[in-house]
Amino acid sequence: MTAVTGEPQKVDLHEAKGWRRTKNRIMTTLMVTSFVVVLIPLAFVLVTVIGKGASVISWSFLTSSIPPQTSPVGVGGIGPAIVGTIEITAVATVIAVPLGILGAIYLNEYGGKNPLSAFIGFMSDVMTGVPSIIMGLFIFTIWTLHFGLSGFGGALALACLMLPIVIRSSYEILRLVPNSLREGSYALGATKARVTVTVVLPAAIGGIVSGALLAVARAAGETAPLLFTIGAAHMTNRNVFSGANTSLPSLIFTNASSPYAGAEALGWGAALTLIAICFILMIVARLVTARFARYTH
Amino acid sequence: MEQPEQNIVTQHEQQTVTNFQAPEAARERPEPAAGEHIFDIKDVSVFYGSFRAVTNVSLTIYEHQITAFIGPSGCGKTTVLRSLNRMNDLVVGAHVEGDIRYRGTPLYGKDVSPIAVRRRIGMVFQKPNPFPKSIYDNVAYGPRINGEHSKKTLNEIVERSLRQAALWDEVKDRLSKSGLGLSGGQAQRLCIARTLAVEPDVILMDEPASALDPIATGAIEDLMQEIKQKYTIVIVTHNMQQATRVSDRTAFYSVIVNPESDTRTGTLVEYAPTNELFGDPKDERTKAYVTGRMG
Amino acid sequence: MSTATQVDPATPAGSTKALDQRRPLGDRGFAILALASGLLVLVILVWIAVSTTNQAWPWFTTEGWKIFTNNWNPAANDFGALAFIYGTAVTALIAVILAVPVSVGIAMLLTEVVPRRRAQPIVYVIDLLAVVPSVVWGLWGILVFVPWLNHIYAHIGSAVQGLWILGPLFGPPTSGASFFTCGVILAFMITPIVTSLSREVIATVPAIDKEGAYALGATRWEMITGAVWPHSQGGITGAVLLGLGRAVGETIAVALVIGSSAVITSHLFAPGYNMAAVIANQFGEATGVFRAALFGIGVLLFVFTIIINVLARGVVERSARRKRGA
Repeated sequence: MTAVTGEPQKVDLHEAKGWRRTKNRIMTTLMVTSFVVVLIPLAFVLVTVIGKGASVISWSFLTSSIPPQTSPVGVGGIGPAIVGTIEITAVATVIAVPLGILGAIYLNEYGGKNPLSAFIGFMSDVMTGVPSIIMGLFIFTIWTLHFGLSGFGGALALACLMLPIVIRSSYEILRLVPNSLREGSYALGATKARVTVTVVLPAAIGGIVSGALLAVARAAGETAPLLFTIGAAHMTNRNVFSGANTSLPSLIFTNASSPYAGAEALGWGAALTLIAICFILMIVARLVTARFARYTH
Repeated sequence: MEQPEQNIVTQHEQQTVTNFQAPEAARERPEPAAGEHIFDIKDVSVFYGSFRAVTNVSLTIYEHQITAFIGPSGCGKTTVLRSLNRMNDLVVGAHVEGDIRYRGTPLYGKDVSPIAVRRRIGMVFQKPNPFPKSIYDNVAYGPRINGEHSKKTLNEIVERSLRQAALWDEVKDRLSKSGLGLSGGQAQRLCIARTLAVEPDVILMDEPASALDPIATGAIEDLMQEIKQKYTIVIVTHNMQQATRVSDRTAFYSVIVNPESDTRTGTLVEYAPTNELFGDPKDERTKAYVTGRMG
Repeated sequence: MSTATQVDPATPAGSTKALDQRRPLGDRGFAILALASGLLVLVILVWIAVSTTNQAWPWFTTEGWKIFTNNWNPAANDFGALAFIYGTAVTALIAVILAVPVSVGIAMLLTEVVPRRRAQPIVYVIDLLAVVPSVVWGLWGILVFVPWLNHIYAHIGSAVQGLWILGPLFGPPTSGASFFTCGVILAFMITPIVTSLSREVIATVPAIDKEGAYALGATRWEMITGAVWPHSQGGITGAVLLGLGRAVGETIAVALVIGSSAVITSHLFAPGYNMAAVIANQFGEATGVFRAALFGIGVLLFVFTIIINVLARGVVERSARRKRGA
C-alpha cells in the first residue's frame, strides 16, 4: 500500500462505528430476549404447578382412589391414575421399543441405500408428526370397537406414537457404531444377525436406552391417544387388558374443565406428579447417555 | 502412512542402493520349500461395481509360510487380501472374477458359506478394533459363536490364545477389564489372540503394525514367526524391511494407469521367495520399487 | 459341492460343519424380522388412513362437498366443518409467527453467541420446555393464563375498537379462551422442536464461511446474515414447517383453551374452535353421522399433517443434500 515514511501511520482499530455496531448490539439483545421470552412462561408454569400441586400431595393423596368430581378439596387421591399411567406406559414400551429397535436395525444394517429402506425411513419421520389424537381414533376403530375399553387399547395407541420416535433415535445411534467393530466380528465368522446382536447392539445400547426413555417420557404425558380407548375408571384397575382404566393425563384433562374446587386441586396434584415422572425419565435418559457413550474411539 | 521404521530403512538404502544386495536378514534364510497349496489364485480380477480395482492376479500361497504382499498405495494388495476371506462380499457391488481355490475347493463356489470361510481364514486389521467388551469376552467371542459354552474350555482357550499372542502376562490379572483400555500394541495383540482363539487355518493380516510404534511392531513380528508353525499367514505391508524380516515369499503389486478413464488398476507384477524378489528382482518395476523411494 | 475325499484340515474350535453349508436359519429369520418391523411403519400409516376413512364415510356421503361449509349444528344434522379448518389454520399460523423468531433467535444464541460451556443451562431450559406435557399446558392455560388474559384482552379490545385493521383483529368480542391464547400456548409448545432443528442446521454451516465473513471485518450480526443465513435457510424452513405440523396436530392444550365456539371470525381474541379440539371435546357423546363427521375431521387432519410433514422433511433433506454435494 502506501510506502512507509518517517512517521508511523495512524490506524483506527476501533469497533465498527455507528449503525453497524448498534445493529449488532440490538440483534444480540433480541436473541437474549427470545430466550427470556420462553424462560418466563416456563418458570411461571412450573412455579404454579409446584405451588398448587405440592399443597395437595401427600402419601394418601398418591394412593387413594379418585373421588367424584364434586368432592371437596382434600378428599380422595390419584392412586388409580398413577397405577394406570405406569401400567399403560409400560405395556406400550414393551410393544414399541423392541419393534422400534428392530426397525432401526433394518434401516441401518440391512436396508443400506435401497429405495424401500429410504422410503421407510422417510415415512417413519413423517409418522412422528401424525397427531396423537389420530392414533387414538385409529386404535378406537380397530381395537376398542371390538374389544371394549381397556388399558391395553391405550397402550396400543401410545405404542403407535412411540414407534417412529424409537426408530429414529435408535437409527441415529446405530449409525455411529464404527464399522471396524462389525468387520472384526465378521472376520471371526459371525453371521450378520450375530454381528448385529452380539457386537453392534451392545455397543449402541446406551444411546438406544436413552432414546427409549425419552420416548417413554413423551408417551407418559400423552392424553389424546387415551381419550377414547381407556375410559375413565375411579378405582385402580390392575388388569391392563380388560376394563376401563385411567391415567394421570386423562385425569388432569377431565378435571381441568371441571368447575369444582376439589377436582381442580386434584388436577394440580396430578399435574405435579406427572411432570415429576417425565422430568425424572428425562434426567435418567441424560445420565445414561453420559455414562455409556464411550464406545466410539 | 510411513511409520518410524523409515529411519532404519534409509540407513539400509544408503548401503545397498547401487548393489541390488538383499538386506542381511533375508540372505541368511534358506529358500522356503513349497508345501501344501493353501490358496491357488488364477487370473483373478476384483471389481467394485464396474470399476476394475485389481487385474490379472495369479499366485499360489503355501502352507506354513508367511507370504507378504507389498506395493505402492492403490495397487490392490489389500483388495486381494480381503478376497481371500470373502470380506469383499460386504461391499455392495464388489465381485471377483477368476478362480480362487482354498485347499482345492473354489472359495466362491455356489454352496460355499462366507461364514464358514471366515472361521477358517481369520483376519487382523490395520487399526486394532477390540470389541467394547471385556478382554476375556473379546477372546471368547469367536469360540462362543462357534457353540462353545463350557466355562472350563473357554478359560483354557482364552489363556492359550492370549499366551500365543504374547499378551497373557500383561492382562491375566485384568481379564474382566474393557478391551478398549489397552494400548495400541496390546489392543492389536488382543485382536490377534481373538483370531487365534477360533484356531483358524490361515491368518490374513492387513498392515497389522502400521498403526503401532517400533517396539510393538517388533513384538508382532516375533509373534508371526512363532505361530507360523501352526498357521499360514498372508500379510499386507508397505514396509519393505518388515517384508524381508518376516516373510518367506513376497508378492509385489503395482499400479496400471488407464489413460481413457483416468483410473488406476492394481496388478501382480512379481512373486518369488523373498530373497529372490529383493536380491534379484526380475521385473523392472520390482527393481525400481525395492531399491528406490518407498511408494 | 466339496470334494468328498478331501478331509477338512482346519476345523475351527468347537465347529464340525463342512465348508459348504447353507445360510443358517437364525440369520434369515432375523433379517425377515427386521424387515417386518420396518414395514410395520408403512402398514400402520396405510391402516390408519383406511380405517378412519371408512368410519368417516357416512359423513362424506351425506354431506358431500358441504363438509367445507361453515355450517356446524349437530342438533340440526348440519356438519359443515369449515370453522374448524379455519380455526386450525389461524391458531397454527399465530403459533408459527410467534414461535419462529424466538426459536431461531435462541438457536443463533446457542450456536453463535454463547460459548459452548455456558450454553448448557440454556439447553436444559429448552429440554425442560419440551418435557412439559400438553395437558399440563392446558391445565395451567385454562386455570391461570386465561383468566389473566381475559382482563388484558378486554383492555386492548376496548382500546382498539373501531380502529382500522386493529379493530377487526383485536377488538371485541374478547375472551381469555380464544384463538390468540391458543396460538400463544402452541408457540411455547413448538419452540423446542424448531429451536433444536434450527440449531442442528446452523451448526452445519462450514466454519470457513463464518471465518471468511469475520476476516472481512464483519460484525457478528453481519456474519450471521451473510454466511449463516444463506446456508441454513432451507433447513430452517424445514424446521418451521415441522413446527407448523406440530401446531396443527396439537390437541389437548388447544381443547382446553380455545373457547369451544365454532365460528369464523377475524377477531383473534374471540373464542373459537379447531379440528383437533372438536374431536377431543365432542367424540365422547357423538353417534351416527355426528361421529362420522368427527372421524372425517380426523381424516382431514391426518392428510394435512402428512402433507406438511412430507414437505418439511423434503425441504430439510434437499438442503442437506445440496450441502453435501456443494
